[in-house]
Amino acid sequence: MARTRDESSPLFAGNAAGTLRLIVYLALAMVLMVLDQRNGWLWRVRYSAAAVVEPAYRLAGLPAAGVRTLSVAFADRQRLTEQNQRLRENLLLANTKLNRMASVAEQNQRLKQLLDTQHSLDLHVQLARVIGIDMGAYRYRITLNLGARDGVKLGQPVIDAHGVMGQVREVLPTTSMVMLVTDPEHAIPVVIERSGLRTVAYGSRSGDELTLPNLPLAADVRVGDRLLTSGLGGRFPPGFPVGDILAVAPAATGMFLVAQARPAADIDRSADVLLLHDQAEPDGPPSPATPVGPPRDLAPGKGAVAADPLRASRTATKPMVAAARPGTPR
Amino acid sequence: MSRHSLSRWWFIGTLAFALMLMLLPLPDVLEPFKPYWPALVLLYWSLESDDRVTLGLAFAVGLTADLLNGLVLGEQALRLCALVFIALRFRARLRFFPIWQQTLAVLALLLNDRILLLFVRILAGSSLPPVNWWISPFVGAALWPFLFLLLDDLRARLRIQ
Repeated sequence: MARTRDESSPLFAGNAAGTLRLIVYLALAMVLMVLDQRNGWLWRVRYSAAAVVEPAYRLAGLPAAGVRTLSVAFADRQRLTEQNQRLRENLLLANTKLNRMASVAEQNQRLKQLLDTQHSLDLHVQLARVIGIDMGAYRYRITLNLGARDGVKLGQPVIDAHGVMGQVREVLPTTSMVMLVTDPEHAIPVVIERSGLRTVAYGSRSGDELTLPNLPLAADVRVGDRLLTSGLGGRFPPGFPVGDILAVAPAATGMFLVAQARPAADIDRSADVLLLHDQAEPDGPPSPATPVGPPRDLAPGKGAVAADPLRASRTATKPMVAAARPGTPR
Repeated sequence: MSRHSLSRWWFIGTLAFALMLMLLPLPDVLEPFKPYWPALVLLYWSLESDDRVTLGLAFAVGLTADLLNGLVLGEQALRLCALVFIALRFRARLRFFPIWQQTLAVLALLLNDRILLLFVRILAGSSLPPVNWWISPFVGAALWPFLFLLLDDLRARLRIQ
């Protein structure tokens, strides 16, 4: 393949035309680059060229895809089994975590509702956890994780986000027992929100509803009426939801109406409850007004001064006596 | 099919194959070692056949490579034009170099190409490439003897110019 030396391939020197062509092409490339960088109309060219380019990519990608297919085809059985095992474990773990997350989210929701109750009513409350449930024969009680050391007192009302749950019946040093409103031994003075009728709601033997056994025959009670605490009896503060009337029917004796109500609180679902610290006003006669006598400087002599402390102590003890006998349910 | 058209298709085929090799996705570790295939094949043809490779062809191949690569349009056209120009200018001498000298010359050309690319990139405002960016020309030069012998051998077997 010997070649004759000609003009187009000089041994040492280039020709001017070749250099000129190079310069033209280089300039063209530069212009193209600048246009492309400045985001001019060149994107249209690229766009239309994409139709040609795309199959080229596919073609170029074939070897890589082939290698991947081969590696899957020849991957040994043990490794696949191992991988499968690991993935299974991971899945199990992830599912467990997911479930826990769901329960935590639910708890969060409940706590938020409780907090809302606390804020909206501006109550002085204490959050407590339910740590035990006693659903024995006709006993519907729960145990809370707070006791005398935490300031729990006998008779404190217990509420949740939706309504009244019950009252503290027994206080131990670190725990306390709450009698639920659905306990057959429990009674709570209520008022029907719509009509203002006062009555008493008792627990029931089934433990999931309230009974109002002695409504007058002419009483205005309908299904769906809401029951609120009336505040009478001095144990529960007034205005808390207690339940909704489910059914109204004449009693077997025909002398009263008997209504069934569903408790408003989530009796069997709550895990966190609130202990109310603002006790209702103690009932009984109002404390006597401090006697207003004539001004002290008008009092004759020393005897009046000696009588004053006596009178003051009497007025102070009267409310204490009243507070010492709060109304007991039933 | 005449021998002439066969040789033309062979020529076009090698160029297309070089472009495909350039696009071939490699694992990240191997990516810096990928030689600049279109330049190698264009070099081979510019040394081996006297009139097929021109500046215009180099420009066209470069534009195609730019389109395929999705880089700035005209970048590879510029590089390949410069490369082919130098190769054509010293063609008569390069052709008759022994293979190791030719390899060194190819290394110089590829390094020059990288430097040109570096200029373009810096002008366009990108930062300096990492050190392993400079490995590619050496790989290309190391592959050159094999590529040259392979293509020559295939050409002889196919009895085409």
